[in-house]
Amino acid sequence: MNKALHQVGEYVQLMGKCIAIPDRWSMFFKQLIKEIYKLGVDSLWIVIIISVFIGTVIAIQISLNISSPLIPKFTIGYTTREIILLEFSSSIMCLILAGKVGSNIASEIGTMRVTEQIDAMEIMGVNSANFLILPKMVGMMTFIPVLVIFSMFTGILGGIAASYSAGTNMTPASFEYGLQFYFTEFYIWYSIIKSVVYAFIISSIAAYFGYNVRGGALEVGKASTNAVVMSSVMILLADVIMTNLMLT
Amino acid sequence: MVEVKHITKSFEGRTVLNDISAVFEAGKTNLIIGRSGSGKTVLIKNIIGLMRPDSGKILYDGRDLTAMNKQELKLLRCEMGMLFQGSALFDSMTVLENVMFPLDMFSNDTYKERLKRAQFCLDRVNLSEAGHLYPSEISGGMMKRAAIARAISLNPKYLFCDEPNSGLDPKTSLIIDDLIHDITAEYKMTTIINTHDMNSVMNIGENIIFIKEGVKEWQGNSQEVITSNNKALNDFIFASDLFRKVKEVEENEIKEQNKSIK
Ligand SMILES: Nc1ncnc2c1ncn2[C@@H]1O[C@H](COP(=O)(O)OP(=O)(O)OP(=O)(O)O)[C@@H](O)[C@H]1O
Ligand SMILES: [Mg+2]
Repeated sequence: MNKALHQVGEYVQLMGKCIAIPDRWSMFFKQLIKEIYKLGVDSLWIVIIISVFIGTVIAIQISLNISSPLIPKFTIGYTTREIILLEFSSSIMCLILAGKVGSNIASEIGTMRVTEQIDAMEIMGVNSANFLILPKMVGMMTFIPVLVIFSMFTGILGGIAASYSAGTNMTPASFEYGLQFYFTEFYIWYSIIKSVVYAFIISSIAAYFGYNVRGGALEVGKASTNAVVMSSVMILLADVIMTNLMLT
Repeated sequence: MVEVKHITKSFEGRTVLNDISAVFEAGKTNLIIGRSGSGKTVLIKNIIGLMRPDSGKILYDGRDLTAMNKQELKLLRCEMGMLFQGSALFDSMTVLENVMFPLDMFSNDTYKERLKRAQFCLDRVNLSEAGHLYPSEISGGMMKRAAIARAISLNPKYLFCDEPNSGLDPKTSLIIDDLIHDITAEYKMTTIINTHDMNSVMNIGENIIFIKEGVKEWQGNSQEVITSNNKALNDFIFASDLFRKVKEVEENEIKEQNKSIK
């Protein structure tokens, strides 16, 4: 309990140090572009592949489970859309990204810590937290929503593809009708808002674990595992809270 | 000139530095020597402000680092260069970008002038050909030299080196030592070096401070090291046969000189 409180304190302190006006805007933007490229654009393929497959599978699963003549066919498209827009593309996608991006951030910053690169920055008078962490946070918070939108699109495309396959009891037309049935635009905003919060959680928690590594390579590995576990738990917690706040 | 006055530092009740006072002069290579674990790194980290001493003062030409606020500390840091034990080059940047980094962050020169300065620093350490390479692509000795170039890019008044020779062969060590010594003399810097390399002690020891278990045991230069009677210092320096023989020869010479004077 004591240790947990201590960690929360350290985390808040680090955020305080990190969220400040950058010393040099030109350097900040240079870093920001690098980070968006490294953390965001490089995740595009994995996001697209996962979304297409999961979209397809969700559609098939639902069509197999709803085979009662009493339930209209378009329910399949409708349910697929709701699952993808509400939960999959934001929360589940960010859980996956927490594994990929979170461990990357924690190990990168952790390695810089144990090889004294962060000390070297501090000695030059550079605010290392601000220089290293802020571009990552801003980069993630701008680009993860883009990834989420990609995921929504491609997930639904996967569902549509499934509707063309024989052997399932859906037709492209009924699926498409379901996709458009009772559409609430707010759900998309809800997902995007959630993903911005998740992006903050992933980047700041991973950075915290990396920044506070003491020791050597072994500790860097531990920190990166801890970062993934902790940010996943926090994402789920935030999911519950935000869903309660925004949808009920 | 850097002055350290009555520095004490302890971790969880264990005293690592005990009432250390010393003066490090400008234009000279000042060495801090001592066994592994004697507190050298902790001392240098206290001097540069990465750690706060429990008590005592650290004066940079009269300015007390322990009493500075954030802004003053930042200004002072622009006058400091530091060479870390493991070089601490940023691995996501090329050698040239590493050397340019302090300039990019703090100088108001145009890009061309900054590039010129970085090239000059790389030339100074004989690395002008390696600017486009990443730290993982160069050898340990080259990394040390690149780190020196980065440390001097803002023309610091104070240069700190934590074990500049660790992990290098004797010949490369000598090159690094000479480089640090020459740069120090050239720019009248106050240079403080942590080392347990006896070659460095003999080679560039213009002002040596010997630390034993957190206490300053002895201070002098490389000549005085040879003739000193301090037991702990002799045990430390003359741990190797070679240096013991050197001491005997030197002492005999001095005796003979004294005889001939008489
Ligand atoms: N952050 C810290 N927390 C607790 N103890 C520390 C810390 N840093 C150093 N120490 C302790 O202080 C003592 C001196 O360590 P220091 O690193 O200064 O030795 P050193 O003289 O530099 O040794 P070496 O030559 O091996 O680098 C060691 O016993 C070490 O365990
Ligand atoms: Mg040390």
